[in-house]
Formats: sequence, structure tokens, C-alpha cells
Amino acid sequence: MRGGVGTVKQLPDSRSAVVTRPLQRHAVPCRMSAALIALLSVSGCSGGVLDAQGPIGAADAKILLNAVGIMLVIVVPTIIAILAFGWWFRASNTRARYRPEFVYSGGIEVVVWGIPTLVIMFLGGVIWIGSHDLDPFKPISSPDKPTEVQVVSLDWKWLFIYPDQGVASVNELAVPAGIPVHFSLTSASVMNMFFVPQLGSMIATMNGMVTQLHLAADKPGEFYGQSAQFSGDGFSDMNFILRAVPQDGFAQWIATARQSGSALDRTSYLALCQQSSNVRPFTYRTVDASLFNAVVNQQLPPCPGPNIEGPGATVRPRLER
Amino acid sequence: MSATDTSFDRATDPYRVGHGREWLSAGAGRGYVHATGHGEGGPASKRVIVGYGFWIFLLSDIVMFSAFFAAHAVLQTATAGGPSGRELFNWWSIVLQTFLLLVSSFTCGLSAVATEARSQLWTQLALLVTGLLGVGFLALEGRDFAGMVLQGAGPDRSAFLSSLFAVVGLHGLHVSAGLLWLGTMMAQIFVKGFRADILRRMVCFNLFWHALDIIWVALFTIVYLIGLGR
Amino acid sequence: MFGKLTWQAIPWDQPIPLVAGSVVVLIVLAVLAWVVIKGYLPYLWREWITSVDHKRIGVMYTLLGAVMLLRGFIDAIMMRSQQAAAFRAAGYLPPEHYDQIFSAHGTIMIFFAAMPIVIGLMNFAVPLQLGVRDVAFPTLNSTSFWLTATGALLVNISLVIGEFARTGWLVYPPLSGLPYSPGVGVDYYLWALLISGVGTLMTGINFVTTILKIRAPGMSYLRMTIFCWTALAANLLIVAAFPILTATLAMLALDRYLDFHFFTNEAGGNMMMFINLIWAWGHPEVYILVLPAFGIFSEVISTFSGKPLFNYRSMVAATMFICLVSYMVWLHHFFTMGAGGNVNAFFGISTSIIAVGTGVKIYNWLFTMYGGRIRFATPMLWSMGFLVTFVIGGMTGVLLAVPPADFLLHNSLFLVAHFHNVIIGGVLFAAFAGITYWFPKAFGFKLDEGWGKIAFWLSLIGFYVVFMPLYVAGLLGMTRRLQHYDVAAWRPWVLVAGIGIIIMICAAACQVVQFVVSIRRRDELRDETGDPWDGRSLEWATASPPPPFNFAVLPDVRGEEPYWEIKRRAIETQQLSAEPKYEPIEMPRNSPTGFITAFFCTMTGFALIWHIWWMVGLGIVAAYAVFVWFAWRDVTEYSIPAEEVARFDRARRQAREQWLAQHAGQPA
Repeated sequence: MRGGVGTVKQLPDSRSAVVTRPLQRHAVPCRMSAALIALLSVSGCSGGVLDAQGPIGAADAKILLNAVGIMLVIVVPTIIAILAFGWWFRASNTRARYRPEFVYSGGIEVVVWGIPTLVIMFLGGVIWIGSHDLDPFKPISSPDKPTEVQVVSLDWKWLFIYPDQGVASVNELAVPAGIPVHFSLTSASVMNMFFVPQLGSMIATMNGMVTQLHLAADKPGEFYGQSAQFSGDGFSDMNFILRAVPQDGFAQWIATARQSGSALDRTSYLALCQQSSNVRPFTYRTVDASLFNAVVNQQLPPCPGPNIEGPGATVRPRLER
Repeated sequence: MSATDTSFDRATDPYRVGHGREWLSAGAGRGYVHATGHGEGGPASKRVIVGYGFWIFLLSDIVMFSAFFAAHAVLQTATAGGPSGRELFNWWSIVLQTFLLLVSSFTCGLSAVATEARSQLWTQLALLVTGLLGVGFLALEGRDFAGMVLQGAGPDRSAFLSSLFAVVGLHGLHVSAGLLWLGTMMAQIFVKGFRADILRRMVCFNLFWHALDIIWVALFTIVYLIGLGR
Repeated sequence: MFGKLTWQAIPWDQPIPLVAGSVVVLIVLAVLAWVVIKGYLPYLWREWITSVDHKRIGVMYTLLGAVMLLRGFIDAIMMRSQQAAAFRAAGYLPPEHYDQIFSAHGTIMIFFAAMPIVIGLMNFAVPLQLGVRDVAFPTLNSTSFWLTATGALLVNISLVIGEFARTGWLVYPPLSGLPYSPGVGVDYYLWALLISGVGTLMTGINFVTTILKIRAPGMSYLRMTIFCWTALAANLLIVAAFPILTATLAMLALDRYLDFHFFTNEAGGNMMMFINLIWAWGHPEVYILVLPAFGIFSEVISTFSGKPLFNYRSMVAATMFICLVSYMVWLHHFFTMGAGGNVNAFFGISTSIIAVGTGVKIYNWLFTMYGGRIRFATPMLWSMGFLVTFVIGGMTGVLLAVPPADFLLHNSLFLVAHFHNVIIGGVLFAAFAGITYWFPKAFGFKLDEGWGKIAFWLSLIGFYVVFMPLYVAGLLGMTRRLQHYDVAAWRPWVLVAGIGIIIMICAAACQVVQFVVSIRRRDELRDETGDPWDGRSLEWATASPPPPFNFAVLPDVRGEEPYWEIKRRAIETQQLSAEPKYEPIEMPRNSPTGFITAFFCTMTGFALIWHIWWMVGLGIVAAYAVFVWFAWRDVTEYSIPAEEVARFDRARRQAREQWLAQHAGQPA
């Protein structure tokens, strides 16, 4: 199965996506970042990790900005002091006092060990709390039952299985907005990393193992998702669109998926397993309920690598596109 | 450096742990020694330098082994449906291997004593026995490996067996390298006699052979004893 | 007969590697022809290739590093231009080629550019600063160098014959396993690093022994320069970390060659173990590079501020603190593998703790400048550039140590910008500072200051123009190693970085011009005194370039800054210390052992890569033969007569007396 060979996937221009999205909710991180560094503010409002569209992403970004803030308190004066000392004590400045005997000061020693230690102790608290609160395995507290999605990274596309709904999709992920999503992730071949920058935390997918991730999108929208771990020649096209849709829209999407496409059973999975890249999104009408576990438990063998034909191919197997 | 520098004199090591200052007068006139009032008398003797460097090498070698031990500890239960250690290990062979290696360490020690006594005959004899014991060890190990491979329990069967063959094989490789060195050493002592540089190499060889023993003790514990419990 | 090697191994159908490879081969052949025709070959063989002199080996290491730096930089240019071109387009490098380039870039820059330069500078300066004649094991030192050169050679052979790894510079399995990387690329990587890794390990052993056991009389631990301390720390890290690399790569090689299952998907293999092991080496490796860099900056800042290093003991403590803690942080390279809150928090905090040691160092450099009389020669400019840049890089590093922030930025261009920020701003700037600083000691003339300063400013600006946009692209979610991309928001930043690389090209050109101009003007730039920068440590106490035996008599060390005190005493009393009694000096003889060993290692490595088993056997037998042949030598040293030592030292004293006359009446 080499779906979409030679076709170019339609990708949204994430800038235009911003225009259609309400920005007010994210004014706080944007303003904070503007107050910190101009660069951050530029990136904070145009579809990156600081333009968070869900609770996990917002919390991650908040910790990121807080940490930068804490460190800038000490970094900015240091840089200024470096430049100021360097300038004032230049050899040609006759007004600067030469003090070659100033080689030790107990007071300064206490300060230079003390201040970094205090900053790191404070930051250590942030790290400790943040690591536990935002552990990707930790569920999001919500009255709604989370949507279950099983993710399998393949060479080089993403397979999303909806176990409760019995459908599956490739390189396209629809989830209801405002409701947590629980991802169970594995890989059919090499390691990848599942990452939707605007929704927050990424997590690795590995063969024979399951990782967990909990995300949520606040509002409907289309978000760019990608693999954040290099996985081979087709890696650059290993991206997808996460479509957060209203609840009724999600039911509709499921209904549409059930009516079209083929069935995902072990045979069609093994076909999908072959290396291919730049795959146009499509859906499966039904899905073998035991498929994900079969991949994880390696009842289904890991996906094969490149085909090797002839002596030349052992040297540099070509990527079929 | 100098031919007279044959015995290990702690006084020539200015950086030894817990050194006092009394050596300064005792060691005056040796090498670069100059009293400076701070306890440091310049470069150490060649014997000290060579021995010290070889110790550092052995430590690094043990770090390499510990990586293999760690891998084995992780993969010890990853039998992938294949045989476990309990089913595979040939206890008599392992006990015999341990015995051969420990005795070879003792005879290696005897070779050092014979070297101190400058006895060509006894040195050669002790080294020869050490070498034969080493060959016996390797033969037993090779027999065990061949038996496992023939049973279909080779390193390609499971991750557990991969790590087993790797860590035990790495030790075996060290013993083989040690035997090559031992042969070269015997030839050198025979041809060149107890020259200062040959003596330094003898010290290193002894250290190496005893280190193989220490590693075997760890291997015996981690691979075989703990493996039996799995 | 030749295993997997066939004519198809040469990329006839790929113009870029073919042309690049041909040009390199032509240049190498031309240089060789020039050397042979001019009759320099015997000289090169006698004085350099077989040399066991730590200064010569240091120079060769640095030269190797500089050449490989250019090679890696060409890869960088290709990567940046590919990304600049590949917005909704294929660019000019197909993925299978682009993937090799970024893998080769990382491998070459870390193992064959940064490491050789750092080790080269340690080789050159440490024995001189300790006031001794050579390292503990001079022939081993030469072997280390040639094994490193073997690794570099193998990586470059892969340009023309076969391919390089397409997996990234740390060859994570299962991607690097046989099923997913069936070509020879990963094998090139493995054997190049296994062979050069042995060389690096021997360097580590050599230098730990040297620093702990061979020092001038009176040189107690707390009188060693900070560069010696950082070299000690770095080499302790080498001794403890490189065996892990060797073990890990050996396991991967077993997986690929003998069907073992350490890291495979099948039969219970565990790829996470590879990632743990490789970073248990990888993080200390960062400090192996950056600690000696800190040492160089300490020397430079102290010399050009005209002051002893501020809080010297605190600096030593911070160095050893970093050395120790660097072993407890490796997991921060994969927070996103799902280790859980407790583990992530532990490694996040331990990582930030390293910043305490680094912070202490920054402030000590700052207060070294305070009250100083700072001369902004080129090495000092690099140091100032480092201080500012490194503070920023350190901040982004601590940021990435915060797990929730790392969940957003891991593997992004933000990460790429961070580690380039610390490696360029830290290690590369230190390399340039160190090369400029010690060049007159090695060759007897200074580098041209004008071109050096232009190169500095262009490098500094170029660095910021390339990498600050990459920080932003990372915040916009752009991940690393993309051969092409479709997200419009990333494009402007990638384009700015592309412009920055042009500035970097100019900077590199200025560096080259700097060397050419300096060599042509060497008579004007000549330094007779052996102390061109008004230095403070012992390397400046001998002539430039130093004689093979470094010091006519070993210096008698009486304080933390021995040479500064010798100088001050000389100025106060208006005379040099009394002429010592010269004695004959025994020095190790040169030996081709290292070169021959490396020759057979190259052969064996190449044979292993292409499965040419008879050649593997031949190489191993030959290696053993070299070992026995070397062990059989009867004469290992030669003697330099006392008259020759005296002649050399009297010439140096004469130059110093002239210097003293010129500095008469000046305050010390």
C-alpha cells in the first residue's frame, strides 16, 4: 500500500489559521512574552508552542515563560555587568583603578555560590511541581469521559485508531473540542514522537511499548501535528492535521468515516505497514479491535524496512516517492 | 628510564596518598627530587607512572564491562520464549572454569614472586602454568558456547542470550588477549632478561590477569548466580 | 573477494557527492605530489608523522580538527541552504542525501573537529604549564592521534565509497539496526567511532597519569593552572565515559553483524537501553569539550586582564563539581520517553544544579576583569564573546532542563539553537581563543591581529543571525532534521538563518586569510622573548617555539603563578636568576608505531565495513605484529648533551636580558 504516491498533501497555512481563531484567550501568555523578549512575543502569537490552544499546552507554556522570567532576573544583570566591566576596565581607560591584588573576596564567593544556588532551588521547585502536574501519563481532570485514541507510528505516516467508535484514520486526527483526549501510543517500526505543538506535550512512540498522553483542545480548530523524532528518509512528510471539531461535528465525522473507506484488519495493516511517505489522509470504515494490542505485543511483526533488491540497493536503497 | 630503577620504592612517588615529608631526605638525589617545602618533588619514577597509567586503563576497562553488565541486567529476563539461564547453564563447567581462573591468578602471583627473585626458570614455569590454565578455561568456555549454539540457544535466539554471549565472550576475549600477551612476555623475559622495562611490563601483566579474575567474580555473581534465580 | 564492495558503491549517479569527493581526492593528491616533489616527505616523516613530541602531536591534532571543522561547516552550509530552499519544494538535496549530511555534520563536528582541537590544545599546553618535558606515554600519545585520524579518514571515505549513516549523529536504534538501515552508512559510523574512541580513551589515560604523576618540582595541586585542572577533569570524564561509548557501539555492531538482539524490535531487544547508554557517555562528553574550553578562557581572561584568576580555589571546586554532577543528568536528553514525574523531576533538578557551577565560573571571570587592565587582543575578544553568548546558551539549557518546557521544545530547532549556542559560543570560541593565544608559543610568531578581529566580529554576528532565528523557529514548533516543510510561519526565520550562514562563510574565509597573511608576514610578527602576551604560567617561561625538551632545567615552582613571579623578581632585581647547572636530558625517541597501527586499523575498519573478511584477519595479525615489534625495541630514548641544552638556554636568556633592559624601571 503506497497511498498517495506522487501527490502533495494539502496543508493549512498556519498563519491563516490564526486569523480565523479567537486570540483573546491567549492574551496573557502573549503579553508576558512581549514583556520578556520581543522574539518570544513574535513567536507567541503565530501558531507555535506559545500560542497554546489547550490546557496542557497552556500550562507547559506558562512554566516555560516563568522559567525564562526567573532566569532573566539573573541573566540580564550578568550580561550588563560583563559588558560594563569589560568596557570600564579597558587598558586605555586611565580613570579605572588597576587592582591586581584583588584576587579573593569571601563575600563575593558567598554571593556567587549563593545566588545561583537560590535561583536553582526556586527553579527546582518549579521543576518538581511541573514534572508531576504535567506528566504526560496523568489524566486531565474533567467531568467528560475522555475520547480514546490509539496511535501507531508507521514508516512514514500516522495511524489513529478510535477503539470506542471502531474506525481508524491515517494522517488525520479528528477529536471533539473541549473534551480531553487520551492517547495510547506505540510504534510499528522505529521510534517517533507524537507532537501537536499548539496542544502541548509530546511523547515518544516505541515498538513493543505503550506510552500515554492526555491532551485537550479548548476550541474547534485545525492544528498542525508532526513527528518530533527523526525516523528515516520519509520523516519530513510525517505530519498530520489534528482537527478539533464541535461535539456534533465529531459524531458526524465518525459517521462519515464509517460509511467510506476499507476495513482495517491484519491483512490491510500489513499492507499499510510497508514504507511510504507523503500519504494523503484517508479513513478506515471498520477496525480490528485487537489490532493495537497485537502491534504492542508483537503478535504482528514489526514493520519491514526498505526493500533490498540487487547489490546496488544494499548500498543505498532508494526512497520510493 | 634508568636501569637501576627496578624496585618499587614508595619514596619515589611524591603524590602517593597520605604522604609525609620524610621521604624528601630519604629520596634525595633520586631522579628529579628537589625539596621545595611543599611536598612535591617533580615527576614520579617511571615504574610508578607505568603502573599508575595501567591502573587507570584497568578502571576504564571495568567501566566498559559495567556497561555490558548493565545491559545484561536489563535483558536477563528477555528470553523471548527461548531458554533461560537455569535451563542452559552447565554448572560443573562453570565451577571448573572458576577454579581454573582462580588458580591461574595464584600462579600468576607466583610468577611475580619469581621475578622479584630474578629466577628465569621459576618465572617461565609459573607463567607457563598460568597460560595453560588460561587455555583450559577458554577451552571449557568455548565448549559451553558451542553446545548452546548447537542447541539452538545462540546469541540470535533472544536478547537474554545476546547479552550473555556478549558479556561472557568479552571476558573470554580479554583472556585470549592476555594469553597472547603472556606468550610475548615469556619470550621477552627469555631473550632480554629482567630489564627495567620488561619488569614494568610484568607488573602490568600481573595487574591485568588479576583484574580478569575480579571481573570473573562479578560475572559469576551477576550472570550465573543471579541468572539461576531468574 | 571484496565482500559487499562493488563499483556501484561509488555514487556515479549523484553529482554532489561525486564532484565533492573528486575535488577532495584531487586536492589530497595534489598536496601529496607537492610534498613528494619538493622533497618534504623525509622531513615530514622524521619530524612530524613519527614524532612523539607532545607539542608536535598537539599541532597535528589541532590541524586535523581545523580541517574537519571546515568539512563539517560545508555540511552546515548545505543544510541551511537546503532548508532555505525547501519550503513547499524539494530543495536540491534528496532526503537520502540530506540525512547523511546532518548525520555527518554532527559526527564530524563533535568527534573530529571539536575533540581533536580540544585534545590538541591540551596536548600542546598541559605539559608546558606543568613545567615538564612530555606526557606520561609519548608513543601512546602519537598512537592516539593517528587512531583519531583513522576515524576521520573513514568518515570521509564514506563520501566517495558507499554512504554515511542516515540516522542522525547518535544512530538511535531501531532505525540504525539492520532492517531499517541495511546500507553501510551506520557501519562507517560504528567503526570510525570505535577506532577513534580507543584513541581518545588512551589520551584520557595518558593525561590523567601525566597531570597526577608528572609535574615540576613544587607544582602542588593548588598551584596548577585552571587549564590543567579542567584538562584533568575532562580526561577523568574521558576515562569514565568513553568505555561506555565503546561498549554501546560494540553492542550495536553485534546487532548488525552477528544478529544479536540488544536493541532490535524482535526477540526482546530494548532500544531504550541504547538511548540510556549512549547518553551516559553523551552528557559527560559535553563537559569533556566544554571544561577545557573554560580552562582556556580562564587563562586568557586572567592574562589579558593583567590579574591572577579571581577566586582560584572556588574555580577549581566548580570544575570538579561540574565533573561529578555531569554523570547524573543524562536522562534530560529524553524526558519525552515517558519516564514519569519523579524520574524527570530528579534529572531536571540535577541538570539545573550544574548551572550553579557554571554560574560561579562566570562570576569569577567577571571579577577577574574587575580591577583589571584589559587588553582587547583577539583571544580576549573571543572570551568576551563567549561570556555573553554562553550566558544566553546556559539559560536556554536550563530552560530545556525543565521537563514541561522540554515537552514543547524537545528535538525542535530551539534545541538545535541551544546546543550550537553553547558549543559554538563555548567550545569553538575557546578553540579560536586558544589557537590565537598559543600560536606564537608553537611557531614563534603571532597571528595577524587585524584579520583575527575581523574574523571574530563576523563569527559573532554570524552566530547570532543564524541561531537566534532558529530559537524562534523552534518556539513555532519546527522540529529538527526536516528535509522540507510546508508551514509558512517557519519560513522567514529559516531564511534569516540562511543569510546568517553567509556571514559565517565570510568569517571562515577571514580565518583562513588570517593564517595565510600571518605566515607571509611571519618576520614582522616574530616574537623573540617567548612571552608575547605578558603571560603568567610556565609555558611562557621557555622559548618560542620550545625545544624538544621544553625546559633546560625543570622550573622550581614556588607559587600559584610561577612564571609571573619569576618575571617580577627579574624586574625588581634587574637580573635573571643565576645560570643553572646544565645536565644532559634523556628524551623518548620518535616512533612510527602510531602511524603503522593506524594504517592497519584503517585497513581493518574498511574491511569490516565492507565485509572483506580476509582483510580483517590480515589487519588483526598485522596489528599484533606491530605490537610485538614495538615491544621488542632495545633503545627507547636518546640523550641531548649538556652543551646543547646550555647553548639553547643561553640564547633564550640573552633574549630575556634584552627584554629586561627594555622594561627597566617599570613597575612589576
